[in-house]
Amino acid sequence: MKEVSFKIDGKTYKAPLGENLIMAAKRNGVYIPTLCYLEGHPCLGTCRVCTIRVNGRSMAACTLTLTENMQLEVNTSELQDMRKAIVELIFVEGNHFCPACEKGGDCQLQAVAYAMDMRVARFHYSFSPYRIHYEGKNIILEHNRCMHCKRCTNLFQDDQGYKIFSFINRGSKTRVMIDLDREKLLSAEKLREAKQLCPTGAILLQGGGFDRAIGTRQYDQRPIGVIPKGEK
Amino acid sequence: MPPKRVIGTISLAGCFGCHMSILDIDLKFLELIELVEFNRSPLTDIKTFTKHCDIGIIEGGCCNDENVHTLISFRKNCDILVSLGECAIMGGLPALRNKIDLYDCLKEAYLNVPSSVPGNQMIPHHPDLPKILDRIYPCHEIVKIDHFIPGCPPCDEIIWKSLTNLITGKSETIPYPFLKYD
Repeated sequence: MKEVSFKIDGKTYKAPLGENLIMAAKRNGVYIPTLCYLEGHPCLGTCRVCTIRVNGRSMAACTLTLTENMQLEVNTSELQDMRKAIVELIFVEGNHFCPACEKGGDCQLQAVAYAMDMRVARFHYSFSPYRIHYEGKNIILEHNRCMHCKRCTNLFQDDQGYKIFSFINRGSKTRVMIDLDREKLLSAEKLREAKQLCPTGAILLQGGGFDRAIGTRQYDQRPIGVIPKGEK
Repeated sequence: MPPKRVIGTISLAGCFGCHMSILDIDLKFLELIELVEFNRSPLTDIKTFTKHCDIGIIEGGCCNDENVHTLISFRKNCDILVSLGECAIMGGLPALRNKIDLYDCLKEAYLNVPSSVPGNQMIPHHPDLPKILDRIYPCHEIVKIDHFIPGCPPCDEIIWKSLTNLITGKSETIPYPFLKYD
């Protein structure tokens, strides 16, 4: 495929024409934080954590493909602060009690916040009255931790190819719900896939919360990505 | 030798785990007491400030009016306030009750609890008891907090590095594995 050149923060890089911007930046060693985007899957564009500036406009990088001579700003201090604010908004909107979460260490939201050196959210914690959905045979839906990224509703299919997660209600009452009849039939492999697909701890498995010790998990020792100190 | 910095510490609605984690710096405590002296703190058992402090370390959020008064007195008596641990930063585990109505919470704890004595159930109330707040408040929602050290509890390394940075004025970066929310 034809290679095109593009600029990130003034430096020129090359990548194939039409490649997703997240992947084009990653190929050239520049980390753009993402939460809803999953490599090899269609973009969702829901979380906006990958907000960058393209030819002067703020846009979600995962929704864009590479064209010739794109001028990208990624690591200016203003953009870094904007992305951090988006992550903080996700933290205050849900009830993210990291000390009591089974996904701690494997959680991508937590890992992105670590990478951004987030210490506290600048917004007020909302403590919204979400409930936990226990009715599934194997899957627990922890609505307190759901960030409505649509990964499970759009990207997950069971062995027969059916989408078993969907949104119910509208607006601030929107929740992820599961087809309980089809959930009973999911294989162990599919259950693991569903748990791993969730970037936070919203999809959990019965009896599988602490299958690996805290401290030995995916992002405990190694960061999800390295964010350089931003420059104006 | 420069004058020693004065530190005050307090545990509000916390479990004292963060104070235990301060003690976890072990032998470095010998280095620390060369640099600082402790004033009001559970470590010294000094109950009221006897001098102005440079650094105040707060563990736990605010769950009752006494916590709020203590926090305000720390703000008045310390130049720099540090929120230590998840409870001080976002309410932590006590804040799990924030989603529940206060009366429902007290009813469950004192009236409907199986261990209560039948015919003698009551919600404790006395002028000497602190008044419980409608929810747990993170410290920075009550007073201005200058620094935040996350963790439940924060590990000894992040406490040591953050404290020495504050005392010496250096800005050493905290290595990745030490910044944790859990």
